Amino acid sequence: MGGIPHDHYEPKSNFEKGMAKRLPIFGLLYDTLMIPTPKNLNWMWIWGIVLTFCLALQIITGIVLVMHYTPHEDLAFASVEHIMRNVNGGHMIRYFHMNGASLFFVAVYAHIFRGLYYGSYKAPREVTWIIGMLIYLLMMGTAFMGYVLPWGQMSFHGTAVITGLFGAIPFIGEALQTWLLGATAVGQPALNRFFSLHYLLPFVIAGLVIVHIWAFHTTGNNNPTGVEVRRTSKADAEKDTLKFWPYFVIKDLFALAVILVVFMAIVGFMPNYLGHPDNYIEANPLATPAHIVPEWYFLPFYAILRAFTADVWVVQIASFITGGIIDAKFFGVLAMFGAIAVMALAPWLDTSSVRSGRYRPMFKWWFWILVADFIFLMWLGAMPAEEPYASLSLLGATYWFAYFLVILPLLGVIEKPQTPPATIEEDFNAHYGKKGADSATPAE
Amino acid sequence: MTQTDEHDGERRDFLYFATGAAGAVATGAAVWPLVNQMNPSADVKALASIRVNVADIQPGTQVTVLWQGKPVFIRRRTEDEITAARADDADVDNLQDPIDRNENKPGLPAIDANRSLDENGEWLVMLGVCTHLGCVPLGDGAGDFGGWFCPCHGSHYDTAGRIRRGPANQNLLVPIAAFDGDELVIGKED
Amino acid sequence: MFKKLSTGLTLVMALAAGGANAAGGDAKVTDYDFSFEDFFGSYDQMQLQRGLQVYTEICAACHGLKYVSFRNLADKGGPELPADQVRAYAKNYEVFDPSLADGDGDFREAAWADKFPAVTSAAAPDLSLMAKARAGFHGPYGTGINQFLKGMGGAEYIASLLAGYADAPSCAPEGFDGHYNTVFTAGGYPKECLDADGNHKYPGSWIGMAQPISGEDVEYIDGSPTDVEALSQDVAAFLMWTAEPKLNDRKRAGFVGILVLGLLAILLYFTNKALWAPVKRRAKEEDEE
Repeated sequence: MGGIPHDHYEPKSNFEKGMAKRLPIFGLLYDTLMIPTPKNLNWMWIWGIVLTFCLALQIITGIVLVMHYTPHEDLAFASVEHIMRNVNGGHMIRYFHMNGASLFFVAVYAHIFRGLYYGSYKAPREVTWIIGMLIYLLMMGTAFMGYVLPWGQMSFHGTAVITGLFGAIPFIGEALQTWLLGATAVGQPALNRFFSLHYLLPFVIAGLVIVHIWAFHTTGNNNPTGVEVRRTSKADAEKDTLKFWPYFVIKDLFALAVILVVFMAIVGFMPNYLGHPDNYIEANPLATPAHIVPEWYFLPFYAILRAFTADVWVVQIASFITGGIIDAKFFGVLAMFGAIAVMALAPWLDTSSVRSGRYRPMFKWWFWILVADFIFLMWLGAMPAEEPYASLSLLGATYWFAYFLVILPLLGVIEKPQTPPATIEEDFNAHYGKKGADSATPAE
Repeated sequence: MTQTDEHDGERRDFLYFATGAAGAVATGAAVWPLVNQMNPSADVKALASIRVNVADIQPGTQVTVLWQGKPVFIRRRTEDEITAARADDADVDNLQDPIDRNENKPGLPAIDANRSLDENGEWLVMLGVCTHLGCVPLGDGAGDFGGWFCPCHGSHYDTAGRIRRGPANQNLLVPIAAFDGDELVIGKED
Repeated sequence: MFKKLSTGLTLVMALAAGGANAAGGDAKVTDYDFSFEDFFGSYDQMQLQRGLQVYTEICAACHGLKYVSFRNLADKGGPELPADQVRAYAKNYEVFDPSLADGDGDFREAAWADKFPAVTSAAAPDLSLMAKARAGFHGPYGTGINQFLKGMGGAEYIASLLAGYADAPSCAPEGFDGHYNTVFTAGGYPKECLDADGNHKYPGSWIGMAQPISGEDVEYIDGSPTDVEALSQDVAAFLMWTAEPKLNDRKRAGFVGILVLGLLAILLYFTNKALWAPVKRRAKEEDEE
């Protein structure tokens, strides 16, 4: 695999030799696990393992929950309570699944922003990035459909709102929404199909994760310097890299264990902190909760969705040009998906010749503003749709788009980047040579 | 290799071993709930026993209740039925099934006192499931022995629920049962 | 520098969760000290039994507990009533049994394995999950810090609401629908009690439920106080238990999990250090050359 020269798997026993001729699975596992990995990866390169763990956790706890859950509008809520009260250890399994979704999104956001800072999306890793974005979209879809299943008040009315987004699409919207729900309103058909898809999509994600790993095992990992591993010879490559096992597996597992301590504390002592109390009330189509708020991980994009109201001039222009086809509602939907789309387009919007943000003095500032903007939007998404939050959301949304569409392309022209070290080895040795000379902290 | 290096090596091996062991324990602790969740849940376990008020059951009558999806016969026997059943006790070794099939007194000879619930033999509690192929036998003195008769394949049970003639090879099963005042507890209570 | 990002994200989760619950409710909710709060806190068995008594004698007249089974009253970590008392208690209730009357179904005395009967009335919601379906604390400013520090406050909300009835302010018109409560915010509010900007002049609103507890409503065998606040707290604690019966188990599992994973983390830390030590030593040597 990959272009980094390294030792390949040598079958030794007769059994291994026989297998190698028939199914080269040991070779595949060996090459995957022993892949040369840049020595200087820092603590932001642990999220891959955390995410893999989350996917496994969600699939395993999910399969277990399905053994006791009933996807029926009259029984779903009660079956969740059955899990919480009667099933052996059911309350823990369900709380793990509930909070596991949050851990999953914490990890994916850290992973994405890591990529944005160190330019992991840039050539030749565009395919890895795009597949990552697809995984992220599927994660959002899966999480949304999973939230419907307990059939609480937030589940029910949240579904109505989110599927309503599709209803905003001109001409086909209404038909599309009806198609999604299998009815004109949220009910049994929607619950049943969301259950089916919520079960299916994680396996699609698992497949894409394999492709994601395949892609970056071909290009090699990025690293904090953004400098590529030398491929001139095996000896050179070995100066820049260490084997994934055991060096990075153990390091990542250590990080995972620390994260899981925090996770256990949340599951054990405040499992409902990230949820919404209204979802402990069974769905009732006749009464809508006072405020419908999505789960925290959707909030930044929810804020962008709500930012574009009819009195915003871009919306008015769009409406005027299209003869009213793009109204405020549809514009909001476009903006929300657009916010993710511009992120996916980052590889082609970033014009800088230097990959890692570590050597880009101006970029750093804009990047951290983007992080702050994301947090700010998350907060705004939870606030009621009134002033001053509406204007602030618009401001936050504007920066989000500006960062990708204006700042990234311009910086490549304006900015004078510093010179990255010539090799990864140089960076690594310098870091451990003179302690604290560098701001970043490679492995340990 | 110097002495200290060797020491270091040993310490390192121990560390690796300890880490591996702790990882294995953590994994095991995580796997157990996933296995245990498939065991009967609390609501299912709660149905492992039922209580029936038997105060109103008159001698010579029978009540059938549903317990864990199976019928249970609760018969308050008359003096005649008890006498008839006990008359056959002497010949217990030659019965079709000489074992009492009573979960309260497992493995004893099939004499009437070992089948009935109380000393006097007034109460007989049995699963209403023919031991041949699982039909529900007819009661109230049906069959040639004045007890129960299974219409499916013609098994005759006597007044103590013992198999006397026909294809069935076991006496009607007596489940775990006990009195608590006026209430009969069928099955095991936690 | 990326440590900042991780901390930021954690903080944001806190922020967002709080914001998500920003709906309604002003800080009239009292932060009572319940036994089940805090790291090692667990339910007070005696308080749950008292709360059950309050529920039975007062709340049960209108409200159901449809997700709770009578057998749960004997569960470990709950009120832990003796089994015979649970059976005797269940007989006070009637449940519908579809297997009776040759499949037509009929009512019978409730038993060990039955659930509390459901009360189907929009005006009297089921109480099984009430303590988790309400949040007593919010904010400040949608940050969720209060909930982080004080807990979600479901039980506090219930206790405060029950003790929150007061004489209606004089601005309210005679016979305004409902009963004035300083904690309940989702009810009706007379326009006479709004100030010029349309803001409420008095906290709370008018709730449909008449004041259920006025003090000395029940008599406790153990002689515990029976004033309004004590009774409200007892029944609130009981309702927290009906909503989250596995709280004790959950905390224990969480604590054991933290210990085991903490130990594993420490071992992995040293393993990682030992593993990387030669690599780092070599890097240092090469750098000094």
